[in-house]
Amino acid sequence: MATLPPTQRFASEGSGRGKQFLARTVLYATAVIFSLFAFIPFAWMIMTMFKTNNDLYNPRNNPFLYNDPPTLSNLDLLWNDTSFRTFIFNTFLIALVVMAVTVIIVVPAAYSLVRLAGRWGSNLGILIFLVYLVPPTLLFIPLTGVVADLGLQNSKWSMALVYPTFTIPFCTWLMMGFMRSVPWEIEEQAMIDGYSRIGAIWRTVIPVSIPGILTVVIFSFTLTLHEFVYSLAFVQSSGEKTVSVGVFTELIRGDVFFWQSLMAAAALVAIPVALLYNYFLDRFIAGFTLGAVKG
Amino acid sequence: MSIPAPAPQHRRQRYFFDNERVLGPLLLFPAVVYIIALVGFPLILAVLYAFSDVTVGDPRIRGTENFVGFENFRDVFNDGVFRKALRNTIVFTLVSQVFVIVFANVLALVLSADFHGKRLVRFLVLLPWTTPIALGVLGWFWMLDSVYSPIDYIMRRMGLLGPDSMFGPGRNMYWLGKSDLAQAAVVVVHIWRTLPLATVILLAGLSSIPQDVKDAANVDGAGFWRQLFYIRLPLLLPIMAVATLFSLVFTFTDLTVSLVLTRGGPVNDTQVLSTWAYFKGIQGGNLAQGAAIALFLLPVLIAIAIGMLRLARRSEND
Repeated sequence: MATLPPTQRFASEGSGRGKQFLARTVLYATAVIFSLFAFIPFAWMIMTMFKTNNDLYNPRNNPFLYNDPPTLSNLDLLWNDTSFRTFIFNTFLIALVVMAVTVIIVVPAAYSLVRLAGRWGSNLGILIFLVYLVPPTLLFIPLTGVVADLGLQNSKWSMALVYPTFTIPFCTWLMMGFMRSVPWEIEEQAMIDGYSRIGAIWRTVIPVSIPGILTVVIFSFTLTLHEFVYSLAFVQSSGEKTVSVGVFTELIRGDVFFWQSLMAAAALVAIPVALLYNYFLDRFIAGFTLGAVKG
Repeated sequence: MSIPAPAPQHRRQRYFFDNERVLGPLLLFPAVVYIIALVGFPLILAVLYAFSDVTVGDPRIRGTENFVGFENFRDVFNDGVFRKALRNTIVFTLVSQVFVIVFANVLALVLSADFHGKRLVRFLVLLPWTTPIALGVLGWFWMLDSVYSPIDYIMRRMGLLGPDSMFGPGRNMYWLGKSDLAQAAVVVVHIWRTLPLATVILLAGLSSIPQDVKDAANVDGAGFWRQLFYIRLPLLLPIMAVATLFSLVFTFTDLTVSLVLTRGGPVNDTQVLSTWAYFKGIQGGNLAQGAAIALFLLPVLIAIAIGMLRLARRSEND
């Protein structure tokens, strides 16, 4: 028992081999059940996107099999006969602006809160984080008025303007975590060497914070991709929509659902984003745990 | 929260921006302006809207003649759909969050153990959170289709659906067409959606339990259940509170699940505050009433924010 790694020891109880076998079985079974629960809608998306109409819409067919050979025609429809490409382009364009605005605003703010503001700064930091909890569903109605007042209704730039309201609070918090780990000495040394404070920040703090800035960029991008409520409220014409709202209008025409292409659109967006998230997960959690978890 | 390193005392002020009293606020200024302009101001505007007669066509408040007192709230409250939406919001949130807390604890326990394929399991389990919510819910929408649902197919093959069967005689369940089933579906999708976030937050908490505590428990011969209830869960409580507050906020204020899955139907039985605010305020064009409906989210959010602040304070004082 003592030779097992600690986590394993913790997870499996008892002394007997039978008991341990049982513990492992329960462990695997639970893992499989939860994986299935999480993954089944995606499996169904992927299954559906390659089906022919004949196959899909015949209620006598076993839906778990390809009764006709898989086809790429649904992807073709999505890519060439809908505004999917425009949606993707819009999403990227908005995301680019949101990323730039977020980085430019968040990096100085986080530095200021960590280094310059002291006790007062940590309180303000918490306050900024609480802003992240103000939901779009509370703000989308007044913001629809604001956007109309600015002449941005039905324009993708309305989203570029509004999305930083949720990326800034979240990313400030993330960035503060990074800034805290930058040793003060290198900055001080640069100033002793004759640089101004801003010069020292630019030459020492910024290069060391590159991983943090990269994280901010990634989350500005994924949060932009995720956003649904503002996009739904601000924009009506297809040419201005983002991908998470656009696919609904283009692929649901009246009562006709283009299910395979809908599922293809969902899967094509979901899987790459999931891979991106998975890679940055640990930093993402750090942003959410509010410093309640240390080390 | 760590204390920032003190600035050196004897450094000569060579540049104007070296002055921390100038530089500090200056660097913070853009962030504060952005948040005040596009979060703070709209929040106040939401309250003003709720007492006014603004519409999508005419969203401007010009003067006192636009204010109508409590009329919007009276209209909103006299509408049976609103009361349904209010009740649904609370019930959906509470029911789904009870499941999320239990499942997240189990799942975090599983993922903190070592086993083959753990990375894959982690990736799969996280998928619902990483997917844009509207597209994830779309997947469920298709799985619960009134004619082509694969669940119906399995039930038919098992003899549970169709003529002379337990759920028959229809060939389909119409998951989203019957009130109770549609409500259950909304709750399940909420669980599916928020479980990953709660799990990863708890996982971070689990990994921060000091190794010597676990070792001591092992040496003392405490079994799995004993360790679970006397060590893990008590130590996890603060972080569990964080996880719960987050999933509460996200579920309570969510618009997408009900909108995409059922559009609030059948007969408004899955309508929630946010969907009703959307239908009234944006689709119906009555911004004032929409704002009044959405404002009912505020008391709960304030309570949650206070909870967050307390937790943050406590972790600071540790």
